[in-house]
Amino acid sequence: MDVLDPLLIARWQFGITTVYHFWMVPLTLGLGPLVAIMQMMWHRTGNERYYRMVKFWGKLYLINFIMGVATGLVQEFQFGLAWSEYSKFVGDVFGAPLAMEALLAFFVESTFLGLWIFGWNKLPRAVHVACLWIAVAGSVVSAYFIIVANSWMQHPVGVDLVNGRPVMTDVWAVFTNNTAISAFTHTIFGSLGVGGAFLLGIAWYQLWQRRRDGIDTVGVDKRVIVGEALEIPGRDRADHGMWLTSLRIGAVVAMVAFAGVAISGDAQAKLMFEQQPLKMAAAEGACHTGTSFSVLSVGKLGSKNCNDVTPVIEIPGLLSFLAHGDFTTNIKGINELIPQYQAKYGTTLPDDPIYGARAGQAIDYLPVMEVTYWGFRLMIGFGGIAAFAAFVALWLTRRGTVPRPRWLMQLAVAGILAPFAANSAGWIFTEMGRQPFVVAPNPSGVDGVYMFTAAAVSPGVSFGEILFSVISLTLVYAVLMVFELRLLVRYVRGGVASAIPELDRRNDPDSSDDGPSSGDVLAFAY
Amino acid sequence: MDVLPTVWFALIATLWIGYLFLEGFDLGVGMHLLFSARNENQRRVMLNAIGPVWDGNEVWLITAAGAMFAAFPIWYASLFSALYLPLVFVLLGLIFRAVAIEYRGKGKTARWKRGWDLALGVGSLVSAFGIGAALALTTTGLPIDANGDRIGGAFAWFTGYAVIGGLAVVGFSLVHAASFLALKTDGDVRHAGRAFARRAAPIALLPLLVWVVALQISRGTALTWTIAAVAVVAAVGAWLANRNRQEGWAFVGFGAFLAACMASIFAASYPVVLPSTIDHAFDLTVANASSSPYTLGVMSVVACFGIPLVLAYQGWTYWVFRQRVGANHIPEAHPVEPAVRPS
Repeated sequence: MDVLDPLLIARWQFGITTVYHFWMVPLTLGLGPLVAIMQMMWHRTGNERYYRMVKFWGKLYLINFIMGVATGLVQEFQFGLAWSEYSKFVGDVFGAPLAMEALLAFFVESTFLGLWIFGWNKLPRAVHVACLWIAVAGSVVSAYFIIVANSWMQHPVGVDLVNGRPVMTDVWAVFTNNTAISAFTHTIFGSLGVGGAFLLGIAWYQLWQRRRDGIDTVGVDKRVIVGEALEIPGRDRADHGMWLTSLRIGAVVAMVAFAGVAISGDAQAKLMFEQQPLKMAAAEGACHTGTSFSVLSVGKLGSKNCNDVTPVIEIPGLLSFLAHGDFTTNIKGINELIPQYQAKYGTTLPDDPIYGARAGQAIDYLPVMEVTYWGFRLMIGFGGIAAFAAFVALWLTRRGTVPRPRWLMQLAVAGILAPFAANSAGWIFTEMGRQPFVVAPNPSGVDGVYMFTAAAVSPGVSFGEILFSVISLTLVYAVLMVFELRLLVRYVRGGVASAIPELDRRNDPDSSDDGPSSGDVLAFAY
Repeated sequence: MDVLPTVWFALIATLWIGYLFLEGFDLGVGMHLLFSARNENQRRVMLNAIGPVWDGNEVWLITAAGAMFAAFPIWYASLFSALYLPLVFVLLGLIFRAVAIEYRGKGKTARWKRGWDLALGVGSLVSAFGIGAALALTTTGLPIDANGDRIGGAFAWFTGYAVIGGLAVVGFSLVHAASFLALKTDGDVRHAGRAFARRAAPIALLPLLVWVVALQISRGTALTWTIAAVAVVAAVGAWLANRNRQEGWAFVGFGAFLAACMASIFAASYPVVLPSTIDHAFDLTVANASSSPYTLGVMSVVACFGIPLVLAYQGWTYWVFRQRVGANHIPEAHPVEPAVRPS
């Protein structure tokens, strides 16, 4: 039974599709507002540099956006497909934010983005940029709705238990769940970090390419001497300014985002120590009650015996500070928490047909410690690396261009991945840290409002069906990732002319940057 | 009568009708790319006719599914888990379709474009068929037990009704798209669209009528039979209008045909949302599958505010892009070359 277990494979499917979906989403959330600001700057200053930025970054934004849309469909369907018991249990409260997300956010996002894409030269300029702002707002609102739904699984509020099912009694409580507000803030800053690193890495590559091709040089005062190469489309003098501005915007955004992530993350952790103490204890590998934060623990984290974990480096008092803001309050360790969970939620799964062959099995309240411990640290580590790299990048480019070494360029491009990795690690940590619950109990909420993951899967769906879908979705996602990356690389290598074909008319005195030459031709067409 | 669940049933039926009406022509255009377009320019004319609006149209599907989850979680859970495989194919089809629309024009080679055309066409066909099958089955029944779980294995859903429903949506989408292209494009694509609608409509619309009649015979009332009759009148009117080159009326007529067909189907089904073919005691109804009155009340407030807003700005989009797309509007493809000095 263990090998052909629908529950295990359904969890893998959810994990794979969700982590993948959340590679596209933070880039959409992070890049969208930056493109909108660029377009506003263009309208306000008339500086062509910003026009080029809008066109180029907007193109990459759209290549990525569509993948978020396509993979988002799977998310909404798979609650019903693979998790029908979950859907029935939580439907009264969980369905509402999902429906509102579609009605109030997705419609706005897709309709106004369509207007923006096809509206160049068709809509008045103020209306055109407003369409982008509205679409971006739609993305942000959709993030809020889906995080409200997720946060209810972490910390159920605003419900009563009627006939064994949670029934919504206070929609305001659901939508102002403190878990949701801190997680939403954390996610938005985390996404801005992705957008910032994306700008930084690609702009660095472009500036480096200009130096490598001998277009820009460095004078005796080490300041940049901007040149041009008219035979390469787009590589004129204005090109340099566009990339330098993009790089600086990206670096500043990445640093601001990290500050926001740190502050919101701190608030979120303090809530989590109260709401899901075992998740935080597992994130610490903290067996025993105490005050110390683990910098490094070794041992068999994966082993379920917590005493196999040996702290190597600890900072006394820091854990208490993270959880409570002082240095002395004891934080409950795993060894103290598990008996409390057992006393409250039982030692074995109930003898209910919903659990199938698992009924009566012992409940393991400890999440996979390797994942929670390292997920937590990788999240913070990658986030910190990205912010530090942004700071260094600003310093290295203070004289108007990037240093010559190729490895620095490669590092800047690779740095794009750091905030993505931080986002994935954070979500894997918080979702796997919630196990064995799919709806974690709220310590101060209504009794009985929780659900074990083992009870959530669709009883009527076979292992073979889920195996088929997880394999086909994973393969399709992998293939599409290759195509997305190929297109992104092609457009990045093409520079600004890839997004503004008019720049390609070399030495053409009529070439204008302000749109198509013929009134009949669409400004944009698939 | 349970007022709020009934209102939400009607609302969900409306969302499905809106979805089939709007994405019907998007899916149909995707399929037409495979066989109606004769060259690259025609394919791009077709694609750009739906270009600014297709993504917004697809949100009707997400909203319909989301509304089912919020208002009738038991219906959503039973239907989606029972139709596991067909809905996975719908998802795969929609994924390929969406990405193909965005990516096909961004490659250089003919092979790249052909590949994405295939993804777009087949993706549209598969998702149209799957959605039609799912809707037909939720009105005609699935083998579900007392807990709402499917019994009889992964293919228990595969019945004649699934095929009729699948063909119904595929056939309607093809005709509706042809009529849409006749209305929204100019030149060869426009004429081809009109010709296709004239030739294909009498056959392609039949499966939808079969589904309507099947449901009327088993559960119809005087009212639903009347709506079904309206559907037939609309189809005949649309066909005549199309023949007389009244493209706007033809498009409205085919749309009215769909709306009346689906309205008669949903009205005949009410109050059952998912019948059980095992025992009617297991039927899911608007009463036993719905959310609490509080949740439905909250959702009603949101819908009262949200749906008119959506209709207003989506309507505005169609107004902004009301111009016909013709061969001369399509910009030249522009190759993306690395901005690098050859070393």
